[in-house]
Amino acid sequence: MPAPSVIIGAFAGNGAMLWGDLVQTFFKGALSGYVIGCSAGILTAILIHRSLFLRRGLLPVGNFLAALPIVGTAPIFVMWFGFGWQSKAAVVIAMVYFPMLINMVEGLSSSDAMQRDLMKTYAASYWQTMFKLTLPAAMPFAFNGLKICTTLSLIGAIVAEFFGSPTLGIGFRISTEVGRLALDVVWAEIIVAAVTGTVFYGLVAASERGVTFWHPSIRGRSAS
Amino acid sequence: MIKVTALVLPVTTVVLAIIGIWYLFAFSLNSQWAEDQAARAGVELTATELWAATMSQDRPRLATPHQVAAELWDTTINKKVTSKRSLIFHGWVTLSATLLGFVIGTMLGILLAIGIVHNRAMNLSVMPWAIASQAIPILALAPMIIVVLHSVGLSGLLPKACISAYLSFFPVVVGMVSGFRSPNQMSLDLLDTYAASRPQIFWKLRLPASMPYLFTSLKVGAAASLVGAIVGELPTGAVAGLGARLLVGSYYGQTIQIWSALFAAAALAALLVGLIGLAQKVTLRQMGMAR
Amino acid sequence: MSEHAISAVDLGLEFPTRDGKIEALQQINLEVESGEFIALIGPSGCGKTTFLRIVAALEKPTSGVIRVNGLSPEEARKARSYGYVFQAAGLYPWRSIAANVRLPLEVMGFDRRERDDRVRHALDLVGLSGFEKQFPWQLSGGMQQRASIARALCFDADILLMDEPFGALDEIVRDHLNEQLLALWQKTGKTVGFVTHSIPEAVYLASRIVVMSPRPGRITAVIENDLPTERPLEIRDSSEFIAIAQKVRHALRAGGDAHD
Repeated sequence: MPAPSVIIGAFAGNGAMLWGDLVQTFFKGALSGYVIGCSAGILTAILIHRSLFLRRGLLPVGNFLAALPIVGTAPIFVMWFGFGWQSKAAVVIAMVYFPMLINMVEGLSSSDAMQRDLMKTYAASYWQTMFKLTLPAAMPFAFNGLKICTTLSLIGAIVAEFFGSPTLGIGFRISTEVGRLALDVVWAEIIVAAVTGTVFYGLVAASERGVTFWHPSIRGRSAS
Repeated sequence: MIKVTALVLPVTTVVLAIIGIWYLFAFSLNSQWAEDQAARAGVELTATELWAATMSQDRPRLATPHQVAAELWDTTINKKVTSKRSLIFHGWVTLSATLLGFVIGTMLGILLAIGIVHNRAMNLSVMPWAIASQAIPILALAPMIIVVLHSVGLSGLLPKACISAYLSFFPVVVGMVSGFRSPNQMSLDLLDTYAASRPQIFWKLRLPASMPYLFTSLKVGAAASLVGAIVGELPTGAVAGLGARLLVGSYYGQTIQIWSALFAAAALAALLVGLIGLAQKVTLRQMGMAR
Repeated sequence: MSEHAISAVDLGLEFPTRDGKIEALQQINLEVESGEFIALIGPSGCGKTTFLRIVAALEKPTSGVIRVNGLSPEEARKARSYGYVFQAAGLYPWRSIAANVRLPLEVMGFDRRERDDRVRHALDLVGLSGFEKQFPWQLSGGMQQRASIARALCFDADILLMDEPFGALDEIVRDHLNEQLLALWQKTGKTVGFVTHSIPEAVYLASRIVVMSPRPGRITAVIENDLPTERPLEIRDSSEFIAIAQKVRHALRAGGDAHD
């Protein structure tokens, strides 16, 4: 394990390289996959919410698929979409889609019967109920999924690089520098990844506080 | 709670739909290659011939379900368990690392949770670190851990198990802290009126109350362990295990091998989660907590 | 028949269970004039809530005819003929008090200016002016229930359906809200259907008391309440009040078997 001063030195000496790796892995691979995968999960959940049949069928299957080691699809996606960031984004999409979907499906059914009856007495349309009741009530679950997916997206993007990447990216750098025993650079990359992961998670958690300020779990925390 | 029978038809429909979509994708992804081959040979393919050609390639872009099924059959039933080509052999390598890591991670998680619930200082100091530890994409560390442990003479099962343990302890800590804290104030007050000691409160109230939480977090932890073991196999030179099969498959473009390794991993995940689910059912029913 | 706010003829609702059919309602005949305050009282399982839910088209009868303002419940709902107050306030925690009261107005497509006027007016009616920006969880249970009444009032439906709205509140708050509700009814002249299991509450509020009993759910008595419309809380100590309360208690005892 290299001394902290050596790692700081690695930061100073490789600033541009570290930034390039971060852009490649996080902004191009993880973030685009996260946005696409989570939106797809949310939209699917909203679309199938109307059909009890689809909900019943998809929930167990989605639960099962979400428990699978989806990272394993990385070699396939690298084969399909090439070494660039597109294949990393595809892995991330595959990884975040199902956790997001099942959280959202559960969230959409979390409004209680009385609240739904209330909308009924107003003769509210399906989509009015969706936007005024079902979606707001689903937000705590949605953010649960969004938070889980931040970590998954970074893992997906980094691990996918182990299966082939252009000559930059956090995962690529770690695996090559480990081979050359340049542990200071490896640690610098790990710190970059850790800080990015924490900040990403923190941003999502902060927007959760903003959106679901009303939820008992958030209310309780801010009060104490 | 919906009856299981009410789920059979919807689930079957969804699964069949997925298989159908898979075939369509296989056709469209593989047809380019088949057409190129045909053009090179100077023959025109009819629609049925094209369909047949996309379903039976050696290195398809997307292996078809029946190809994967055949490969799975071939590498499990037709090979000796000790053979390097047996998927059962590779599956066992991964499973043993998963189980070891899972057990370590779960024990650690439960112990930490007990500490957090009973000790104010631990509550304040451990929890933030546990959360921070998960913000790190730990799998990025996997090659590091493997290489470092290798250099101090540790190789094989234990390094992989370490990664599994690291990934699985967190869901257990979080779940068990909620579980141990789930009894309401009234139940706690009741035991206080009996002047119960803290160990008594733990054994008589907190532990039983935490059982539903335990099984839920065990399921998450088991799935995470498996991912850890598979990724832990990637940088070890791809000797054995499902992760190694994935890597070798991707080196040589053996898509069918990749898919069958994925399915083996899926089966392991299903097995682990299913066993935990079974234990959950039995335990909760015996405790009268079954829903 | 359209002058009746609510009219039920031979109304019945049964549903199958594992142990055979259960008759939640049987042979319900009831006519409610516009502007009446009807209390439905009875032990649990007598179908009083079910009846209210049928009026609100939240439940479908299996036999008989029901008309609300001369329309079927479904049509009446589409015409937004009634406001419904549930047992719990059921305010949306992500909306402020004003936004909660505004909810039905948004759904029904009122324009912005009118919405604000109506919200202000409704909150004023229930004595919640000044709490517009608060969130439900910052208010006491009684205030939450008042907000939910404002929510039912704001779109000015002519029928108000209330399902044990004060059941979960303590007696002091309840007295206070009863007083306010009575004043509100006299001011607005709405038709009110009010489910309760409290005899004093029914006698204090209603112009007519419908006594129901379970297995099968049915009406066993309809008692006219001839107390003056002006009813201070102290009226509950008067002999007239006690006499009507006694009538109701007798009807309840005659209808319900001892095992309740």
